Amino acid sequence: MITLPEIEIVQKHFGKAVHDVAVRSLKRATVTIDPESIVNVSRFLFKDLNFRFIIASALETDRGIEVLYHFSLDVSGLILNLQVILDKEHTEIESLTGLFEAANWIEREMHEIIGINFRNHPNLDKLISEGNWAEGVYPYRKNEQRAEGIRSENSEQ
Amino acid sequence: MNKIIPIGPYHPLQEEPELFKLYCEGEIVRDIKWETGYNHRGIEKLSESKTFDQVFFLVERVCGICSTSHPFAFANCMEEIGEIEIPARAKYIRSIIGELERIHSHLLWVGLAGHFLGYNTVFMWAWKYREPVLDLFEMITGNRNSYAMFKIGGVRRDIENYKIPGIQETLDLLKRKTNLLIGAVMDDPVIHARTKGVGVLSREDIINYAAVGPTARASGVDIDVRRDDPYAAYPLVSWKVITAQAGDVFAKAEVRLLEMLESISIIEQCLEGLKKEKEGGTEVLVKEIPEGMGTGRAEAPRGEVFHFVKTDGSNYPVRHKIRAPSYVNIATFRKACVGQTISDAAISLAAVDPCYCCTERMAVAYDIHTGEIIMNGAGLLELSVQKTLKLKS
Amino acid sequence: MFHFGGASCNNCDIEILDCLTPRYDIERFGMMLVGTIRHADVLLVNGSINQKDKIRLLELYHQAPKPILVVAIGACGCTGGIFAEGNTFAGPVDKIIPVDAYIPGCPPKPEAIISGIVKLINKS
Repeated sequence: MITLPEIEIVQKHFGKAVHDVAVRSLKRATVTIDPESIVNVSRFLFKDLNFRFIIASALETDRGIEVLYHFSLDVSGLILNLQVILDKEHTEIESLTGLFEAANWIEREMHEIIGINFRNHPNLDKLISEGNWAEGVYPYRKNEQRAEGIRSENSEQ
Repeated sequence: MNKIIPIGPYHPLQEEPELFKLYCEGEIVRDIKWETGYNHRGIEKLSESKTFDQVFFLVERVCGICSTSHPFAFANCMEEIGEIEIPARAKYIRSIIGELERIHSHLLWVGLAGHFLGYNTVFMWAWKYREPVLDLFEMITGNRNSYAMFKIGGVRRDIENYKIPGIQETLDLLKRKTNLLIGAVMDDPVIHARTKGVGVLSREDIINYAAVGPTARASGVDIDVRRDDPYAAYPLVSWKVITAQAGDVFAKAEVRLLEMLESISIIEQCLEGLKKEKEGGTEVLVKEIPEGMGTGRAEAPRGEVFHFVKTDGSNYPVRHKIRAPSYVNIATFRKACVGQTISDAAISLAAVDPCYCCTERMAVAYDIHTGEIIMNGAGLLELSVQKTLKLKS
Repeated sequence: MFHFGGASCNNCDIEILDCLTPRYDIERFGMMLVGTIRHADVLLVNGSINQKDKIRLLELYHQAPKPILVVAIGACGCTGGIFAEGNTFAGPVDKIIPVDAYIPGCPPKPEAIISGIVKLINKS
């Protein structure tokens, strides 16, 4: 069972908010946390441990809408994924733009492709979809009503 | 409160909808708004309907200029999920292709930067010396761009030993020409005047925007995926990461030019490594990919390319997230441009090295008070050229 | 020639620009890229076209001086290429504006592009 010092520090600071830890190797790990603590944990990683925010990925699974925030510790090559699971009906979470500008565009994109509301984001205008697909349609959600005229993708499940 | 009259995007004055709107007060840029979506192709969604082998062809075409970095990162990602170790020969070949691409991409950038400054000779010259690199690609892979060299477990074609002398010859030519170019660019006083102190990004800006690649390294942020999270043959050869401190356009040019020399050195060492390995043996056979998720990254010419894939044991990705370096780098343009004059806007944008198509549909300048269009993309280019001419005389 | 790039990977854009460079040098044939559609005799279109580009392309074609020859370049320009199944694809170029010549390839080499344009000019 590999342990990583960075994860141990996070667990020490945020004990209750950490739901699960999965360490794949010395350089790859995923920590599942409580959505309400995303800002505090991210701030800790960014300011105290000097992680760099890479990007965030959102996907729908049986457990809900999962968002993975990918952070990189460049001095060691570690990629730490912060995973949060959001409810499919009330999909919202606090925005990270207060911490770093790097979260701005990706949160806008996640908002329009999968329908996550980022609280306190300065500008949730569409980034890529204006004119490209219909209002209220979230292409990355399954079982979504499609408006007429939009090509349906052939996804294998 | 300054009134801004919204104009466009199909206003009869301008030729095409713009990507960046510069709001100006007199000569100074005060604010930037941008509009994207023209290039959106739904690649991540498309990827879910392709088998893993097919995805390589798809991701190659995310961006034509760094077309190898996406398959590189994707292969790293899949090999992490499947815990696959590729043979040494494949590692060398992958690094050779990656570094050749870095050379051709930086030459392309030098040409474009020259064009924006009004040095059309630099443009013609840099692109002329891209041709031998593209010829090498054609010799090795069969195509000048989009090489289809990667597969899970290795590479699809071998670089046979008889090809190596030809590659070395081209590398020698490139070394000479790169040194010539470095001398011409770094010592020219007009280029100094046009690029030093222009489009400056501080270390704090880079960290705030999480910028990567030469854009970050030129501001003293020492990050490079090849060294920080080694993959392929990079840990097997010796090379150094180039950084600069000033964070302006000149520093970015310096970093890119010197990186080209490092790339040539890496390729030469990889060719030596290839000669020691037996020919053939460029892949391990992979029958299936287990369920799981993985992250892979590679250092593209513009910075870190990041792929995230979730699998479920079938032949198709469940979710494939792609982040190109320009996604984080282009956002820094706001910081680099606001407060500068509009004549410097063209070169500040070019210094970030966005993918060419973004630069093409460039910028339009608006008056912040009246909202009137002052000039369009072609005009901004012209203004930049004129400033150079004035400095020369 | 006026060049319009749709939602593309830029390979074709670069190969078109390559035609200007010393090795291919189309200016000696009297061909040059212009900055506005109003000065053009030939419209080069590449890239798969998404909904936003379609509007732009129609507008451009409307502004173009007629008669104008349209050339669809690359696999994406001709048929949409691998992006044709994407959820934002708005039809290949020839479903939006009439096309006079197709130059397939991914990307087509500069020799192919020049040869295609020359064939077109000789035909018309």
